Amino acid sequence: MSSLQSFLHMGGYAIYVWPAYVLTFIVLILNVILPLKREGQFFRALVERKKRLEKAQ
Amino acid sequence: MNPRRRKLLLSVIFIVAGMGIATALALKAFQANLLYFYSPMQVAAGEAPTARPFRIGGLVVEGSVSRNPESLAVKFTLTDTLEEINVTYDGILPDLFREGQGIVANGQLLPDGTFDAFEVLAKHDENYMPPEVADALAKAGVKLPDSSHYTPP
Amino acid sequence: MFEYFYKYGSPRHFYDLSKMFVPWLGGICLILLIAGLTGGLFFAPPDYQQGESFRIIYVHVPSAWMSLFIYVVMASAGAISLVWKVKVADALARASAPLGASFTFLALATGSLWGKPMWGTWWVWDARLTSELILLFLYLGYMALQTAIDDRRTAARAGAILSLVGVVNIPIIHYSVEWWHTLHQGPTITKLDAPSIHPSMLVPLLIMAFAFMFYYAAVVLLRARYEILENERNSAWVYELTEQRKG
Repeated sequence: MSSLQSFLHMGGYAIYVWPAYVLTFIVLILNVILPLKREGQFFRALVERKKRLEKAQ
Repeated sequence: MNPRRRKLLLSVIFIVAGMGIATALALKAFQANLLYFYSPMQVAAGEAPTARPFRIGGLVVEGSVSRNPESLAVKFTLTDTLEEINVTYDGILPDLFREGQGIVANGQLLPDGTFDAFEVLAKHDENYMPPEVADALAKAGVKLPDSSHYTPP
Repeated sequence: MFEYFYKYGSPRHFYDLSKMFVPWLGGICLILLIAGLTGGLFFAPPDYQQGESFRIIYVHVPSAWMSLFIYVVMASAGAISLVWKVKVADALARASAPLGASFTFLALATGSLWGKPMWGTWWVWDARLTSELILLFLYLGYMALQTAIDDRRTAARAGAILSLVGVVNIPIIHYSVEWWHTLHQGPTITKLDAPSIHPSMLVPLLIMAFAFMFYYAAVVLLRARYEILENERNSAWVYELTEQRKG
């Protein structure tokens, strides 16, 4: 077995070790992406509101 | 500090302290129900329930494990170093099950004093070390659970 | 001293500070994560009993520590906002809740993935696991309160009181393994005598713990920044920010 294979194999515990790591990083990444997306949405909405106000004047 | 803030601060302290005291009293009242398992000594002293299943925890006595070659049935002795109790079990054991290891068994006490388990869980300890260090410690005479289960790749 | 506090605790100032600090904190977090993962997955030896499965420790233990730490931060920020009406404390408490809930979820999920091969079960109702599950519900309850109450100042006050009521759970989680018989093992690193983990395994664990700390610092500022924008959506300085963004 190559060293990469044996590393991925995790001594037979691959089905427990890798999901734990993958899950952790999915949750960590989502917690960065979601607030950034919401901030973008907030500013887009604000710009829209500003445009509407300028038109009304 | 103005009076309003003082009042608010006092109520914050009151919430935390009040919850603390109430919870401490409640936990003390439920102490027995919070034990995940009984020790063999508690069983010997008659503290464990006899009418319903309960869990028992202890170390597997070295050399006490006997497996039935035709089935999954296994017999072993549990100890807390003070009292011993014989356990019978028929099922798949966790990877960490081995002699000298702490385990928790769920089942019922039979009239003859043996414990008939329907579930066996391994309780690992808080020590983490490489196999070489464990070997060195074992040579130096430090008592550790059997590590024969682990074979390096 | 309080004048200083109020000046730097002003929402506007906090927003600028956050913009400045987040990239640095995030960068340090990334470096630590890479170091901790290489150490934990490649260099740390397998455990003498648990073999390779013990490597789950490197995500499980830091997550569990963060789940407790963030709760303490959230409750303290709640108390500060309740008594001294510091708006930034409000935003920090609100921003902490989803992160705390995430780490609590991760501690439970990764612990479950560790428990299945080692203990022989995904879940048991022992004192440690049950109190950690209650922690998850405290975070979720806090978040539900924030969405259920429309007025953000009322929501912040209600949330602060809920988080203070729940503080009692924190010492229970920590000491549960010592006070009661649990299936979960006792403390390895925080006990008073020497840690019972070999240095080659301990060092990556501590690096991962620091990485998660920096992650929290970076992301809580990022989230608090958004909460502040929401709180101040009608103020002139937020309005001006749109100019910068368009340009």
